[in-house]
Amino acid sequence: MRFDVVIRVGTKLILPFILLFALYVQLHGDYGPGGGFQAGVIAAGMVILVALTFGIDQAKQVAPQALVQRMVPLGVLIFAGTGLVGMLYGQNFLDYSVLGPVAPSARERGILLVEAGVLVTVSGTMLSMFYAFVERGR
Amino acid sequence: MQAIQVFAEHYNYVVTIFLMMAGLYIVIARGNMIKKLIGLSIFQTSVYLLYITPAKIIGGTAPILDPAFKVYSNPLPHVLILTAIVVGVATLALGLALVVRIKEAYGTVDEDEIFAKDGEQ
Amino acid sequence: MALMTLLAITTIAIVRQRNLFGVVILAGIYSFLMASVLIVLDAVDVAMTEASVGAGISTVVLLGTLHLTGGLELERPRRALLPLFSVATVAAVLVWGTLSLPPFGTADAPIHKHVAPRYLEKSVEETNVPNVVTAVLADYRGYDTLGETAVIFTAGIGVMLLLRRGRGRRKPDGAADDTGAAK
Repeated sequence: MRFDVVIRVGTKLILPFILLFALYVQLHGDYGPGGGFQAGVIAAGMVILVALTFGIDQAKQVAPQALVQRMVPLGVLIFAGTGLVGMLYGQNFLDYSVLGPVAPSARERGILLVEAGVLVTVSGTMLSMFYAFVERGR
Repeated sequence: MQAIQVFAEHYNYVVTIFLMMAGLYIVIARGNMIKKLIGLSIFQTSVYLLYITPAKIIGGTAPILDPAFKVYSNPLPHVLILTAIVVGVATLALGLALVVRIKEAYGTVDEDEIFAKDGEQ
Repeated sequence: MALMTLLAITTIAIVRQRNLFGVVILAGIYSFLMASVLIVLDAVDVAMTEASVGAGISTVVLLGTLHLTGGLELERPRRALLPLFSVATVAAVLVWGTLSLPPFGTADAPIHKHVAPRYLEKSVEETNVPNVVTAVLADYRGYDTLGETAVIFTAGIGVMLLLRRGRGRRKPDGAADDTGAAK
């Protein structure tokens, strides 16, 4: 299957901005609409665009399958680990106020960590699902 | 006159129920499994609307706090539905994976043909 | 209101369309319309998720499935009367039920009297996060989100297990059988 030159150049131009937008959505989620779920899906969408334009092998160089599959449980572990830190300091599970000296900023830090966990799991899951369907079709 | 007013005030709910019933109809009346799953996800999106509609306050704004605004929509249904959407697509993919396996085992994704093949054995 | 009507029209098209490829594209249109409706209803976070997930990922996954299974729905002689009747009955009951719900957009509906005002008042003070949706998602209802993440994790594992090519252990007649095959 030959890929059109317009699509290839256009994809190359747009890729870094998609990734940048995913990071913006992730890190700006406290102040505007966004968060781990949306950012994870957008980041996965970037790799899927690479796969659609340049073929699945190129996409696997960008995001290796082994890495993507390890990301799926890693995100849940980051989330649960953040919760366990609260338990280690004698507070409730998922109580973030122990993550810093002042409670509000500590809880903000906890929210960022948890959102990072969500990002890792969501993007990992979406990509490994996509890879699974593609592998099956070969 | 009053009936029209009640209908206008509940128009969102009426459309929500229409979408819900369209999804249910696809699930019941169509035999193709992919079509059934799409019907199921239409049903699911109508539930999103059912949750988000009552959260809206006329004159309110999105729940991102700013000194310039006083009235905000209710953030709680937004949170519930946000996670439900992503879980919804994950379960949709799981269902589609099952459909792919059924296709490989039976050679078809149509419900009646699958039942017919089961009856032969 | 116009957007809601468009949603209903798109749904009718989805029900009537027999070509599954067309159905998938219509489902993408449906998702974008749904995202627009959600923006009008002030749910910006949800709209963003619906636009990226519903129109992006699920379209890709559906197209991948169509590639594997083929895209035409069979014309079938099944009678549509009984499903139509039962669906209409359920719809009538549900509409009757919604008539007693508070009208659209009123500020003193019961849903706005419960925990929501507390979230809106205290979230900046307690967590420094002005986007209340994020604060509730990750902090106040953290257990909930952890559970949802675990569900996504489980579904992802399930898809990978179902679609993985078995290595070594195959039935002699060539039928794909990779249950329990070690990687």
